Amino acid sequence: MSDRNIVEQYLRMDRIPHIWCPGCGLGTTVNCFVRALSECNIPLDNICIVSGIGCTGRVAGYLKLDSFHTTHGRAIPFATGLKLANPKLKVVVYSGDGDLIAIGGNHFIHAARRNMDIAVICVNNFTYGMTGGQVGPTTPVDAVATTSPYGNYEEPFNLPYLADCAGAVYVARWTTYHVRQLTRAMQEVLQKKGFSFLEIISPCPTLYGRRNRLGDGLEMMEYYKQNSEIRNGENTKNVDIKFKGPIICGKFVDRERPTFLEMMNEKLSAKIPNYKPYTGLV
Amino acid sequence: MKADPRGVLTGAHFIDGDHACGEGAIAAGCRFVAGYPITPSTEVVERIAARFPHCGGVFIQMEDEIASSIAILGAVWAGAKAMTVTSGPGFSLMMEHIGLACMTETPVVFVDVQRGGPSTGLPTLPAQADMMQARWGSHGDYEIIALCPNSPQECFDLTIHAFNLSEQYRVPVMIMMDECVGHMTERVVIPPADEIEIYPRRFTDKKPGEYLPYLPDKDLVPSMVKAGDGYRIHVTGLTHDERGYPVMNADCQEKCVHRLVDKIRKNADKIVKYEEQDTDDCEVVVVSYGITSRVALRAIQKAKDKGIKVGNFRLITAWPFPEKRIKELAGKVKAFVMPEINYGQMFFELERVVGGKASVYLVPHGGGTVHNPEVIYQQILEAVK
Repeated sequence: MSDRNIVEQYLRMDRIPHIWCPGCGLGTTVNCFVRALSECNIPLDNICIVSGIGCTGRVAGYLKLDSFHTTHGRAIPFATGLKLANPKLKVVVYSGDGDLIAIGGNHFIHAARRNMDIAVICVNNFTYGMTGGQVGPTTPVDAVATTSPYGNYEEPFNLPYLADCAGAVYVARWTTYHVRQLTRAMQEVLQKKGFSFLEIISPCPTLYGRRNRLGDGLEMMEYYKQNSEIRNGENTKNVDIKFKGPIICGKFVDRERPTFLEMMNEKLSAKIPNYKPYTGLV
Repeated sequence: MKADPRGVLTGAHFIDGDHACGEGAIAAGCRFVAGYPITPSTEVVERIAARFPHCGGVFIQMEDEIASSIAILGAVWAGAKAMTVTSGPGFSLMMEHIGLACMTETPVVFVDVQRGGPSTGLPTLPAQADMMQARWGSHGDYEIIALCPNSPQECFDLTIHAFNLSEQYRVPVMIMMDECVGHMTERVVIPPADEIEIYPRRFTDKKPGEYLPYLPDKDLVPSMVKAGDGYRIHVTGLTHDERGYPVMNADCQEKCVHRLVDKIRKNADKIVKYEEQDTDDCEVVVVSYGITSRVALRAIQKAKDKGIKVGNFRLITAWPFPEKRIKELAGKVKAFVMPEINYGQMFFELERVVGGKASVYLVPHGGGTVHNPEVIYQQILEAVK
């Protein structure tokens, strides 16, 4: 038996050890992702990872795929350019909640509206980890952060509801405790055509857990175990997360809608005689 | 390599600078444009949106200029030639991705049809006040190339040239038009495709495993790959080593950033482009670019009619600045007069390069229209006193 972990072939081992803290959930998400890759039957050379900035933004640098570490909040429009220039690529955006939903929120809703054929994996730890634990658009009301030292008084986004309303064709949420369901969901977003969104609730014990007395990484996982409720098909309106409240998990949306390129080709074919449907530049 | 004939509308046209720029991009092989509407640049993307379905390209109107300016980088890494188009307020939003394009050495073209600023300023009226922004607008140290067409014909020609330079040096190239040149309609001759020279992408001939993404060739520019070819590259805006991996220390910063600067500075003689007349035996040189170079001609003619020896020097590349030639002239002439539609931008570069060896006079203009040639003429008279 080999002493090599099977995930190693998918990682840039010359960049390991990674920068993530003990107890962080990001390693678990990457582990699930490479296991999903190993079972999805997509040639690895055709898969691109695009990240923004932040702790999750570093995922692109560890995966041994064509990987792009872009600017803060702009992974989705970069991914849009990649996908449109070469639609044969499977483009996965892998980034954090602050990156995708605060600074990148506008790109998120517009890519969903257009049904851009990309998968978006959002690791939500309710805070800005890399900059030291600031409040964000997903931080629950009353949670303490360095820029909300008396507790947060802004209503956070309910990400599945946002993605659903903006037009995503696939919407799911799991925690890093649910490794099997998470791996399956990752396989599904890799196979799904159109704008697919997977939210992963993940512990940041160093900067969110400690400040909010939620314990270390293990205790936060224990919390996910005790307080998660699996409700597949639940109306996304009902899955908002309250401070120390239950976490509703499951696959909420799985539907079909023509993608940006399908719409473009259909509409241009109808208007332009001899239009050659666009299938890529390369 | 010659242009792909499918994109080239060979013949004589009567079109404005914006449309000519769009045709130049198509002729250069650009097949991906992302943009956001903004006066006075919108006609470029309107042209592209109408033409691309006929020549196999994709146009996408993004949600803002930030998105547009990074979507084009994504398209380039998938193998496309790509461009975005904007004006001042949008150009301000694009600065971060000029930096990312420099850092990742992504060959890409940005068009800025300049209007009056700051802020919303004069949306429909000309200025030349983004010239320093083009050079320094993104944070950090870097070098870019910026070109200044002064006619619709040049909007076509220099857009092709911009793509070629971006590919040769793997650098963002800016086409610094102005509202007048963008909206001016003139004769534009588009040559046959086999007369249009195209600089092909510098794809590596190395195999995956042997290839180092940021190992430069002799001219300091590394060769490139695209996503999907099996190289499993990592591209990051962080300071990186030759493997493309982030390395957070001063040594790597020095190696990485110094080359980004040097690949343009050390090749500047090959990149710099200008036009000059009567500079060999003159007292005063008028230095200008874009629409102002056409206004200046009248002032120069009037001065010549009065017997004053005036030379004309037109910047075609604003960046890199034609430093060597200006230094030569500075040792021979009495003065330089520089009209531009701002309160001193390229003038400060001129002043720096002249270095006190001749007098330098700015003829400023706040924007909204072009100079009255009489004002330039009066400054020429002042300069020869």
